[in-house]
Amino acid sequence: MSNRLPAGVADPDSLARRLAEVGYLADTGLATAAYLTLVLRRPLLLEGDAGVGKTATAAALAQVLDAPLLRLQCYEGIDASQALYDWNFPAQILHLRAVEAAGSRGDEVELEAELYDRRFLVARPLLQALETDPVVLLIDEVDRADDEFEALLLEVLGDFSISVPELGTIRAATPPVVVLTSNRTREVHDALKRRCYYHWVDHPGFTREVEIVRTRLPGVGERLAREVVSAVQTLRGQDLLKTPGVAETLDWTEALVALGADHLDADLAAATLGSVLKFREDQERARAIDVATLVARAVTGGGSAPGGQVGG
Amino acid sequence: MAEGSDSLTTVAVGLARALRAAGVDADVARVHAFVAALDRLRPDLVLDVYWAGRVTLCAGPDDLERYDRVFDAFFSGVAVTGRAHARRRVEVAADALGVPTAGSPGDDAPTVTAVTRHASAVEALRHRDVTDLAPAERDELRRLLARFSLPGALRRSRRRKPARRGAVDRRHTVRALLDAGGEPGRIRHTGPRPRPRRVLLLVDVSGSMAGYADALLRFAHAAVRGRVAPTEVFTLGTRLTRVTGALSHRDADTAMRAVSAAIPDWSGGTRLGETLREFLDVWGQRGLARGAVTVILSDGWETGDPDELGRQVARLSRLTHRLLWANPRAGRAGFEPTAGGMAAALPYCDHFQAGHSLASLEALAAVVAGAATDPSRGGTGGRTVMGPTRGRCAGCVTN
Repeated sequence: MSNRLPAGVADPDSLARRLAEVGYLADTGLATAAYLTLVLRRPLLLEGDAGVGKTATAAALAQVLDAPLLRLQCYEGIDASQALYDWNFPAQILHLRAVEAAGSRGDEVELEAELYDRRFLVARPLLQALETDPVVLLIDEVDRADDEFEALLLEVLGDFSISVPELGTIRAATPPVVVLTSNRTREVHDALKRRCYYHWVDHPGFTREVEIVRTRLPGVGERLAREVVSAVQTLRGQDLLKTPGVAETLDWTEALVALGADHLDADLAAATLGSVLKFREDQERARAIDVATLVARAVTGGGSAPGGQVGG
Repeated sequence: MAEGSDSLTTVAVGLARALRAAGVDADVARVHAFVAALDRLRPDLVLDVYWAGRVTLCAGPDDLERYDRVFDAFFSGVAVTGRAHARRRVEVAADALGVPTAGSPGDDAPTVTAVTRHASAVEALRHRDVTDLAPAERDELRRLLARFSLPGALRRSRRRKPARRGAVDRRHTVRALLDAGGEPGRIRHTGPRPRPRRVLLLVDVSGSMAGYADALLRFAHAAVRGRVAPTEVFTLGTRLTRVTGALSHRDADTAMRAVSAAIPDWSGGTRLGETLREFLDVWGQRGLARGAVTVILSDGWETGDPDELGRQVARLSRLTHRLLWANPRAGRAGFEPTAGGMAAALPYCDHFQAGHSLASLEALAAVVAGAATDPSRGGTGGRTVMGPTRGRCAGCVTN
């Protein structure tokens, strides 16, 4: 069992440290959930607002494990031939023609076995994940898929095996690390949730978010990072149509850095607001707040940062 | 570990039981996962127990708040009495619902039984305002409501099915070819598979709707139980409550009890604009309302700012496929949609109609299914007037 863990990881805290080394700052809850996923190989279902770093978690885990990240983006109508496997039909026909052309048409049963050989099977992400070790499988935005696909996932995530009628059952030697994400556009089926660990990813608090910005964008000065995070956290407290996530904080900071800014002022904020707020109503609301209020938290250190607190 | 794990299991089972009493669906499989997780962590640390329980026993954001509450109570030695709490709420709600108390229904109407009821009585019942019904008639209404189904209008889905024409189905064509030993055969095609749209019911449970809420929620229950289309139900009042889960119980009365336990603001005030905004922020904008057929069942009485309601309905109408408004008051003679909230919302509705009787709900179901959208066709009976197009609905009023 212990070989499932990367070197130097023995408990949630050490996993959090390793994640921090690769640039992902996880709080206690997420680190515990991820640790359990690594040890017991039960899939991890992450829910939360868009842009809080759900997908980034999987990428960071892959880096810590030094494993490839296989990503399956879900959408309505996704089916077995796009998620599990497909037969390489052109190659099969070519093979058939080649056998015919050679004139060596032998045993029919043998020919059929040749046609449905493993080499004509195209592995899609789920099958690839079962055949790779170590690996992190990211099933992104599972709420976008439909019921049929969820049923398919149940089968695969239940016992980490896929049966191909012509070949038999393909089983994972070691269960892969599976991370599912959902934006909650619809409720994921209970049966699927029951097979997963569940974690709700919240917006980070002030200090953590400043750390995240400085880790992700090493070129950013302390002052700019604090002011941008302060502004975003203030905006989160406003009554907006779309609350900006960490992804937007990073976008905004990058935009400001590209403009050569080392602090946030009214002109810069107005010019770059489009990288944080993407609704006209939200932008109007934000323009009504003056910059001094927005960056006030940068000075106080974010004493009353909304959200992001960790329970327990 | 081996010696300690017995007491660990006891604690885990105890916590899960307390959670179940509080409404978290912590079943045996989840408890098993919880114990397995504890085995890998340091069960002597409260923080580890907290997170292990949270990731294994909870299934959604709604559960998290309950989990925190139960966890605190459980480990500070306070007995958690969730069930008693729920039952007390049910009694209050049963009153509000006008549900006959035990023993009374038979005595109230000894002469009218299911056997003696005639088709004509049912027909008359169809058009009666649900607030004017005698208890026995109400029972009959409930029976009829239970037979409803509410599929959304069909849309083209990304799933495909075999068809006579359309895109070439490479998979099946080549399969047939290989099966025939390489002889090219008939080319197979696929076409899109139509699907019913998601149906979104927003039921007003404020004080002014008290007489109708029971019938409308039973209507919603039938829609959820029918499972012909994905259906989501929310109640509006002073706050927003998602009741899809509570309505999924097979038995209508059990479901109604669960709903009344879930709704904290029965027969309270009406802040439609605010609750609608909450719905859009938390659910609608993320995608629940996108492409759905949305039905608001409300009388449009707004104690808050009517302009806010107008703005939120406008937002909803931009997200959803079709926005229908069924108003129980519209069934009354001389009704004009001039009440502040209703007048503000009406320009953004694709369809406006009455919602006071069985017949009007039948007509509503037909509109949701995409049938009877053309007023010239006369609809399916009932006293409804169809709105011609979005934005020009202000003129359509029922008699």
